[in-house]
Amino acid sequence: MKDKKNREIKYDHNLEEQKRPKVEAELEKGKKEVFNLDQLKSGGYIRQRQKDLFTVRLRCPGGRVPFKKLKKIAEVAPKYSKKDYVHISVRQSIEIPYVHYNDFAQLAEDLKMVDQKIASCGPRVRVPTACSGCEYNPNGLVDVQKLCQEIDQKYFGIQCNHKFKISLSGCPIDCFRTNEMDLGFQGAVEPIWDEETCTGCRICGYACKEGAITNDPETGKPAIDRSKCLYCADCIRACPTSSWKEGRKGLIARVGGRHGRHPVNGSVIAELLPEEKMGSVIEKVIEWYNDRGKGRGRVRIGDILMEKWLDFVEFIKPVLGEYAVKNPKKPEFIKIHSFQSGWMPEERKFQE
Amino acid sequence: MEEKKPDATLDLRGVVCPINFVKTKLKLEEMNKGQILEIVIDPGEPMANVPRSIKEEGHRVIKVDKINDHFRLLIEKA
Repeated sequence: MKDKKNREIKYDHNLEEQKRPKVEAELEKGKKEVFNLDQLKSGGYIRQRQKDLFTVRLRCPGGRVPFKKLKKIAEVAPKYSKKDYVHISVRQSIEIPYVHYNDFAQLAEDLKMVDQKIASCGPRVRVPTACSGCEYNPNGLVDVQKLCQEIDQKYFGIQCNHKFKISLSGCPIDCFRTNEMDLGFQGAVEPIWDEETCTGCRICGYACKEGAITNDPETGKPAIDRSKCLYCADCIRACPTSSWKEGRKGLIARVGGRHGRHPVNGSVIAELLPEEKMGSVIEKVIEWYNDRGKGRGRVRIGDILMEKWLDFVEFIKPVLGEYAVKNPKKPEFIKIHSFQSGWMPEERKFQE
Repeated sequence: MEEKKPDATLDLRGVVCPINFVKTKLKLEEMNKGQILEIVIDPGEPMANVPRSIKEEGHRVIKVDKINDHFRLLIEKA
């Protein structure tokens, strides 16, 4: 059978496209417009090496795709993709590769039937990512899926100087790498001990992976070193008499991280922040970024934070209130290319 | 308070995670509600995980004793 799919693509039109940066495309039925390639990228249509072909990134906040949408995507993708697969992006979105720009409108129309939206790329708040959270993951402490959908509804697509990635992890294992995000939130629970019901069984001391809990050699009663506690709730889950109980529950907030060529480790700015305050923190961080980033072009928030850290700390303090970390450390580069020398991030100057 | 007499005993010394918990779980399934299972487990990882898993299954760890290098747990079946 002569399959029109899976053809070998012989030419790399990447360079040619630079000279022909505009295409006439129809993103919505009946509305033909001339776009430059950056505009298409912003709309979630990502240019490929192959001439006129694009990867269409779908909006899948938190990587949660209802069967109804998944079925539709599986039905529609083969109609427009010139290959026989979808790609799952590192940010949990389904991408349909090898789509001709003439098919954009029809593809979007088909997906609209199940309310499946196209995502986005470029300098803006991206689709947030999240783990399954406390809903069914035994380690999860906070319902980060709920928070993720909330972020997607309210903040997705807001223009910024550069990309702005938000991610959420339900617990301190931090599978969703909140330290590598422009803004990250991670679930946390403070353990509280009730002496009266404690039988001194020592299970908590064994359950604690951080060495924060030590049990008295005589009585077995625990003492906790708060400076070592990660707020993971292992002690609470293990305690047979429920003498370890949940205290304050909330979010660890990190800002200024990123991955890429030269990753930056984001800074913890708040601990046990109540969920209800998350929205105002997001708004304030973006407000600061957009203000301090004015006229700076493509620059990530982490870079501006490293320059104006104290300014940021002062700015954000009122929103964080009592949950603010005292004297937070500014974001720092993580060296991952150990073989490379001569690249000194500390001394790097910004190009205008 | 007088200690309840165990209805069954499992010696899980040298049995690694999660086999120790699986054996505990299977034993408990054979038993009746309110009966007591006595298990002996190693310190370290077993002690960090087994009591938590028992609790998550809804059973109650009613007593923990340290015997030399090992731990003896009394579990009441839920």
